[in-house]
Order: sequence, then C-alpha cells, then structure tokens
Amino acid sequence: MNTSALILMIVAQGLIIGFAIYFFRKVLNTPPKAEPDSFSENDDEPR
Amino acid sequence: MSKSTESWGSRVGLILAMAGNAVGLGNFLRFPVQAVQNGGGTFIIPYLVCFVLMGIPLLFIEWSSGRYGGRFGNHSTPYILDSMVKGRVLKYIGVFGIFTNIAVVSYYAFIESWTMSYVYHSVIGTFEGLSQAEVAQFFSSYTDVTQSTTGIPYEAIVFYVICLIINTYILSKGLGGVEKAAKIGMPLLILFGAVLAVRGLTLGTSGASEAFPLANALDGINFLWTPQYDSLLSPKVWLAAAGQMFFTLSVGMGTIHCYAAYVKSRDDIALNSVSAGFMNEFVEVVLGSAVVVPIAAGYLGLDWVINNAGFGMAFQTMPYLFQQWGPALAMGAGVMWFGLLFFAGITSSLAMGTPWMGFMRDEFGWGRNKGAWSFGLLALILGLPTVFFFKQGVFDDYDYWAGTVSLVAFAFFEVILFSWIFGINKGWDELNRGSDIKIPLFFKFVMKYVTPVLLGFVFFSSLPDIYDNLTHKNTYNNSSFADEYYAEKFASEEDFEAVASAVTETSVTFAFTNTRMKYDKVASKMIEETFEDSKTYEFEKGQRVTVKAGDKVKAGDVIAKGEFTNAVFYKNIGRLMLLILFGFICILVYVAYNKRNREGRVSN
Repeated sequence: MNTSALILMIVAQGLIIGFAIYFFRKVLNTPPKAEPDSFSENDDEPR
Repeated sequence: MSKSTESWGSRVGLILAMAGNAVGLGNFLRFPVQAVQNGGGTFIIPYLVCFVLMGIPLLFIEWSSGRYGGRFGNHSTPYILDSMVKGRVLKYIGVFGIFTNIAVVSYYAFIESWTMSYVYHSVIGTFEGLSQAEVAQFFSSYTDVTQSTTGIPYEAIVFYVICLIINTYILSKGLGGVEKAAKIGMPLLILFGAVLAVRGLTLGTSGASEAFPLANALDGINFLWTPQYDSLLSPKVWLAAAGQMFFTLSVGMGTIHCYAAYVKSRDDIALNSVSAGFMNEFVEVVLGSAVVVPIAAGYLGLDWVINNAGFGMAFQTMPYLFQQWGPALAMGAGVMWFGLLFFAGITSSLAMGTPWMGFMRDEFGWGRNKGAWSFGLLALILGLPTVFFFKQGVFDDYDYWAGTVSLVAFAFFEVILFSWIFGINKGWDELNRGSDIKIPLFFKFVMKYVTPVLLGFVFFSSLPDIYDNLTHKNTYNNSSFADEYYAEKFASEEDFEAVASAVTETSVTFAFTNTRMKYDKVASKMIEETFEDSKTYEFEKGQRVTVKAGDKVKAGDVIAKGEFTNAVFYKNIGRLMLLILFGFICILVYVAYNKRNREGRVSN
C-alpha cells in the first residue's frame, strides 16, 4: 500500500472506530433516567 | 388521542434496532461500488464531509421529529409532521414516510430472499466446481421465475414469499420482536463481516492465477484509499457521496421517525442518534470496504473490479471466489457472506413495516397482527411485478422512484419544515431535551443553512434525470408497443458506430470500439483505454433482424422489425402500481383526518 492510502485509511477508520466506541460506551455507562414522580411532571408538553 | 402502550425494552435494543435499520445491503454492496466508480480514495473525503453536514443533521432532525410526534400519540410521518406544524397539506407530504417503506420493502425483500436462497445453496454445495461464468449464469437462471435451480417450481417466488412471511411474523410480535431480531442479527452481522474483512485484508497475492497473474487484494485496498485530490472538484463525486448518505443512514424514509416516536419524551435522543449513526459507519467504512473489493481484486485483479463493480458482484462473483478456498471454507464463507447480507436486509425491512403498523394503530385501532399481515400483503401485491418482470427492469424502476427520488424529495421537505417552519430554535430545544451529550452549536447552524442547501443541490440537480426517466428519454425503445426495434447506446461514447459482425434471422452481434478504465499503479491514478467489444441482440418469433453483416449502426437506428412489447410497458405497470399505492395512502390519511375531526382530535 502506498503511504497516502495508508494514512487516509488509518485516519478515517480510526476516527470512525473511535467515535463509535466512545458513543456506545457512553450509552452503556449512562444510568437510566428516573421516572417522573409527580402528576404535573408526567404531563405532556402543551402544543 | 390514542396513546401508545408500546415502547423500547432497553436503550441498547433501541440503538441496535436503529443501527440495524440503517445497516443494510447497501453497506456491503453499494458503498464499495460507489467508491470504485467515483475514483476510489477520492470518494471517502466528500463522503465523510457529507456525513457531518448532511447525515448527522438529518439523524438529529428525524429523531427529534419522531420523539416530538410520539408525545402526541403519533407514530408515522403524516401525523408526526401534522403535530409539528399546523397545516392541512403537511400530513400529505408525510405520506412519503409510509409509501416509501411499503414500496421499497416490496423489492428489497426480493433481494433478501436471494440471500436466504444463496445460504441454502452454499450449504448444499451448488456452486462447487462451477466456473465464474456458470456462477453468474446461475444468478440469471434464479431470477428467471420460470426456471428452477432446486427442483422447486417457481423457486424465486417461493423464497420471496417465505422471506415476507418471516418479516411479517416478526413484525406481528411488535417492537419486542424487532428488538430481539436486532439483538441477534447485528452482533452476528458484525462477527461475520469481521471474519470476511480479515480474510480480505490478508489475502494478498495468494489468489493470483494463470488467468489473472497480477491479482492482488492489496491493490483493491490501495485503490479504495488512495486520495486523488483533483477529483474533489467534481460535482459528480459530491453528488454520489451525498446520495450514498441517504441509502446508508435510511434517512428520508420515515422509519427513524417511527422508531423515535416510541422513545419516552424525557429520554435522550442526541447520544442515541450519533451512536446508531457511527455504528452504521463502522459497518460501512471499516467492514464494507474490506470485503467485496479486496477479495474480488485478490482473485480477478483490480482492473476487473473497476470495470465490473456492481450490485450483482455479491451474487454473481462472490460464490465463485469462495470456491477457491476449498469446499469446507467455501461453505462457511458463503453462509457468513449471505448470512450477513440477510441480517443486514431483515433488520432494515422490519423497520419498513413499523410506519404502516403505527399509522393503522393510531388512526384505526388496528392491532399488531392485523397491521403486520396487512403490511405483508401490501408488500406482496406490490412486489410481484418486480419478481415476474425483473429482467424487464421493473425492479430497477421501483428502486429509482421509491428508493431514490422519494427519499431525496421527502428529506428536502422535512429539513425545510424542521429548520424553517417548525423553527430551528424549537427544534434545537427538542433535540437537547433529556440529552446525555452536549451537541456543538455548530450543528444548529448546519441544520438551518448547510443541510437544506446541500439537499436542495441534490434534489434540484436530480430533476433533469428525473424528467428523462419519467418520459423514458433514457431509452430509444420508449413506446410500450412498437413494430420496430432500435439499437440502444451500448458503448460508453455517445456517438459510437458499431458494425454488424454476425447476423442470423433472429440475432445480431455488433462489434465496436469501447473504452474502459484502468488503474495505473505507478502514477496511482485512473487512465482510460480502448478495447474491442461486442453486443448481441436476440429476438423472438415474429421479429426479424433488418441489418445485414457489415452494416454500420448508431444508437437509435432500426435493427429489427416485427411486434415488440418493450420494457417500458412493464415499467409503466410498475409505476401505475406505485401511484395507486401513494393515492391509497393519501385517501387513508384523509379518512383518518375526518375521523379525528369527528372525534374532536384535530387541533388545527
């Protein structure tokens, strides 16, 4: 492989793999949100 | 207002389902072909730019719109758009979000059924000992419904119906069924893709043969990743990159809106959308680029790949290449390759069923079973012309109108609606509600100005092509029935001249000089070369060739007389069916509007 192809491949794939892992790990590590505990909080937003 | 009792079982399940919706056959088949046809390494730069400026913003817009509509009990685009902006017409623009899915699944399930059938043929060893031409011929026989490769009569239809039944059955289990399919399908798909990608990356020159002594898998990878900066100024390359974004992310279809409508109003959508988006990009850019092109280049050489790259490679070439690994490995590779295509296909086709089911439940109270089986029936009715008249081009015509034009048109409308009519400030607030990440403000600017301009460019620059397709200007045989048959433009040059080299009563072969592309390894760039080519026309009883050996012929010249039913006839039938479907959904939306009116559920 030529150098420019290797650099582009490593940079593009590295960025994509890096972001994919970062975001998916964040999904796994973020605790679920607490359910709303009052009647008013449970209301839908007015249109 | 009908309230949804369904919601996603887990966040990971939702992301896998969304990623499964986006990851489709195109990740492994369309992306590498687009890259090859648009200059290899050059393509990846506009592709990634389009991902940031168009892909991610569209994901944000569709997730936000979907969750917003879901809060008002709407789970399909007609009433999701209606809940965003008061206006009677908008719900009819939302019809695209149901229409596209039913129309696309009708032919998409046909490809999915090929993958099922090819898994079966890989296991029983059908491809063992076949030459490359015989494997290609097998595909041609398979798609001819009157022929059978297994002894099962109408085999292609049988597999197609089985495939639709599997889809419908899973859909009838509701979101839980979709989520379960994604949780099984996505990890297996990534595993199979990774195994084949490792093989593609390590194949090297071991596949070189007497016929292709210079074959080298690394040439394929090299070509895919060598940047050719001069092509960056080509609008064609940018248009192709933008077009690929639609296919790969499944935006402009209405499926993302529908899935997001089942997300609770306080739950995150920002992190979920980028997570699903990047998972799709991982499958496409990392795995998709490392399978078809390197393996084909490893056995047949890069020049063969450049001149033969197309959707058919997956079915016409890959089974032959796997045979070079010996019977046992060939079976394993065949099962993995067609298995991964099946999982990629089914996780997408399941997503296409949900907007129809959501709409019928919200508006007419239909249960999951009724919604799923009616969807399957609609897909079957609409899909049969693509199966029966595959060779007449109905399949490609559906793909053009439903799978291309419809996506671009809907995406253009929805981005204008979200950023300019609903309002970018309101939209930005919706996107950030419950967000687990901080989205850079840069995207607010992009969503308001850059994405609409890019989509407008894609949409308006496609209009001449849309007009040519609509009026059949892309063929010389453009009337349904005719008593003359004209030579098509079969050479790459517009003003070519061919010589009739072999003529019988019902067939004629033309010899002509054609051009093809070749990759210059030393200069790392594409060069054009000329070569002698031929094209044969076969005619049927009641049709006779009118040219004599030695005659010179140009595109548009009469070459045969008799009674002809041209492909245009079958395409017009397909188009009529698509129009009827669109009209039918419009009527349903109108009936639903009146019903809402009677029940006092209309807020505008």
